[in-house]
Amino acid sequence: MSRLIVGPFNRVEGDLEVRLDLDDGVVRSAQVVSPLYRGFERILQGKQPLDALVYAPRICGICSVSQSVAAARALADAQGLDVAESGRVAIDLIHAAENVADHLTHFYLFFMPDFARDTYAGEPWYEAAASRFRALAGTAVEEVLPARAQLMHMMGILAGHWPHTLGIRPGGTTRRVTANEQARLAGIVSAFRRFLERTLFADTLERVAGFQSADELSAWREKKPASAGDFRQFLEISEALGLHQLGRAGSLFISYGAYHAAGGHLFDRGLWRAGEPAPFDASLVAEDTTNAWYQQSQGPLPPAVGETVPTDGTGKGYTWCKAPRFAGETAEVGAVARQLVNGHPLIRDLVGAGSANVHARVTARVLEIALVVIAMERWIQNLRPNGEFCNHAAMPADCEGVGLTEAARGALGHWLKIEDGRIANYQIIAPTTWNFSPRDAYGNPGALELALEGALVRPGETEPVAVQHIVRSFDPCMVCTVH
Amino acid sequence: MTKRPLNLLWLQSGGCGGCTLSLIGAEGPDLLTSFAAAGIEVLWHPSLSAETGRDAIAVLERVVSGETPLDILCLEGSVMRGPNGTGRFHVMAGTQRPFMDWIGDLAAVAGHVVAVGSCAAFGGITAAGDNHVEACGLAYDGTEPGGLLGQGFRAKSGLPVINIAGCPIHPDWLTETLHQIAAGRFDRSQLDEWERPVSYTNHLVHHGCSRNEFYEFKASAERLCDLGCMMENLGCKGTQARADCNIRAWNGSGSCLDGGYPCINCTSPGFEEPGHSFTATPKVSGIPVGLPTDMPKAWFVALAALSKAATPVRLKTNATSDHLAVAPHDKHKRRP
Repeated sequence: MSRLIVGPFNRVEGDLEVRLDLDDGVVRSAQVVSPLYRGFERILQGKQPLDALVYAPRICGICSVSQSVAAARALADAQGLDVAESGRVAIDLIHAAENVADHLTHFYLFFMPDFARDTYAGEPWYEAAASRFRALAGTAVEEVLPARAQLMHMMGILAGHWPHTLGIRPGGTTRRVTANEQARLAGIVSAFRRFLERTLFADTLERVAGFQSADELSAWREKKPASAGDFRQFLEISEALGLHQLGRAGSLFISYGAYHAAGGHLFDRGLWRAGEPAPFDASLVAEDTTNAWYQQSQGPLPPAVGETVPTDGTGKGYTWCKAPRFAGETAEVGAVARQLVNGHPLIRDLVGAGSANVHARVTARVLEIALVVIAMERWIQNLRPNGEFCNHAAMPADCEGVGLTEAARGALGHWLKIEDGRIANYQIIAPTTWNFSPRDAYGNPGALELALEGALVRPGETEPVAVQHIVRSFDPCMVCTVH
Repeated sequence: MTKRPLNLLWLQSGGCGGCTLSLIGAEGPDLLTSFAAAGIEVLWHPSLSAETGRDAIAVLERVVSGETPLDILCLEGSVMRGPNGTGRFHVMAGTQRPFMDWIGDLAAVAGHVVAVGSCAAFGGITAAGDNHVEACGLAYDGTEPGGLLGQGFRAKSGLPVINIAGCPIHPDWLTETLHQIAAGRFDRSQLDEWERPVSYTNHLVHHGCSRNEFYEFKASAERLCDLGCMMENLGCKGTQARADCNIRAWNGSGSCLDGGYPCINCTSPGFEEPGHSFTATPKVSGIPVGLPTDMPKAWFVALAALSKAATPVRLKTNATSDHLAVAPHDKHKRRP
């Protein structure tokens, strides 16, 4: 048995280290280390409740709006406040723009460049992948950055700017959309659709959104050469490398439900457990700190009464990340979880009753780009310039609230308690906290730790490429993870 | 004449990564084109580069040893000194070494040192609350000179740390500074009293604010989402804050004030702890405490009283409305 320490991981958001125990070129066990602690849960203590809307988005520069939405929902819950209907649509649009941009950034800037590594130089697909996706130099990035920037013009209209808007409030948004701006929003999304249909898919969004099975996806891939659309190029590489066998974690998936307009969710709230749907019960979430550098409580604590008291970073434990568990079980969150819970036939077919894998995670994310952009077009038409964008209510001096939403990377929750008009406790469980959690008191590994077991290390590799693919398939956001 | 390209190394420590995310939204031109135009090569950037793990550490080691001369070092995020000065709140992955030690070694050999964002400049949001993580900036600890590198620090160029303060930065604030550096035209005269580029801090956020007409007549918003001026009631610091946010559009067209929420003075050291709610203006005897920079208080009060008396009905009505209740109209012609 030998130990390999891999890090710093780049092309993830934030800093990350992975410790691998190897035997015969196979990863036997893994420890995932989140090496940065910033202490937002402590910063928020004693603050005026609405000031959480300044601090919370700054937990994360890539999921900033998701943090705002979770905080606003927790505050609205505490106030007993309903969101104004047009404000709700505006929030969905702001949130969707961030999530779609994040999926796009992950695919082009973070994930695909690994296929341009020298280790793949002999592969038949290598030349095309390297010229298209090489970090900083591939031909894709010069098309993607302007398309992404133009999509983010939605933020200039709806939210002032991105990241770190203060325009998302418990009762809606601070900025009304005028009729001409509604027209501009439609134009922006239309231009983005054109980019996706030409560059990413070489097909219509509706065609991609409508895939019913893995077989149908394969047939679609084979109908055109791999150079027809960047998604197809991924599918070809994925097939060649067997990415569907790589990075299998557990079989429990959680989605808190995404996009809240019109009474329900665009993507449902719930669990997907070994191939069966089940309802989600927030009261069964608790955080274990056995292997994290925090003062230990008597057993796992539900976030509503959670504690964050860091130790000096030595002694028992190996990470600043706590270990959230659902009814004691490790869970995986993210686009794949959302689409499993929501019943997308392609993703259910790719995962079945088992665990997700690198191929399914990336496919789910790319699929979601199509699904969400189609929804955004509809929401823009639903905006009513003369409608109500923001409700207001007093903040009770003593109250509690929970804000659950879905960031690009998965389930995000804020739990807050207000006493004497000040924040008495504020706990955050971010998506990558779930996925990159350490072992709990029973020795159960987190989702990534489990997914890394069995990964093959090629002879002489110090940065095993299989490990790179598995880690990045989760689209980790380390700054959210510990916060 | 071909210039030697300048290389740029980017590190991230105690921050959110939002300045990088803002930066990759650069437009006219996009970020990579902008770097190419300035003759800047990215030696390593955590979000953009291929090298990972040992290869990335090797890049840093070659810089520290002098094998690779470093022209521009950018730090994003605060320096994490805690707990108790050990730096263990951020140990760089794969190195077992506090990140702050890496920053110190790399800054010592860099031609220019750039703090990207208010965290790297002053400590920023990460230093809020009781700052139990002991976050600070490269050359400031909040408003106090010092930080990690000390007040007397000078990069090899002879310049102090260049503070591109903001939370987040506007992409142009950084790209324009880098272009000036690459052209050899960035000297001490380009920095203000907090070593921020004057290119954007010679402005006030107030300049170009689309709510200026409300300000002129002291027609004030009462709730976030009202159209009026946010200075009197809603905590807006645009008349004091140093930045060109309302002259230079964010994400195509926006700004905080255009987005319907107040300026929180995020380019300023200590903005993270204003001592009052961010969205409520502290007042003494009904008069806002934070008056416009360099305006005598008595004059302000006198002028405010006058302009309030002269406020047109249109502005008075719209100021406390979330939509345009009364539109401008031509006296001589009615709308149909």
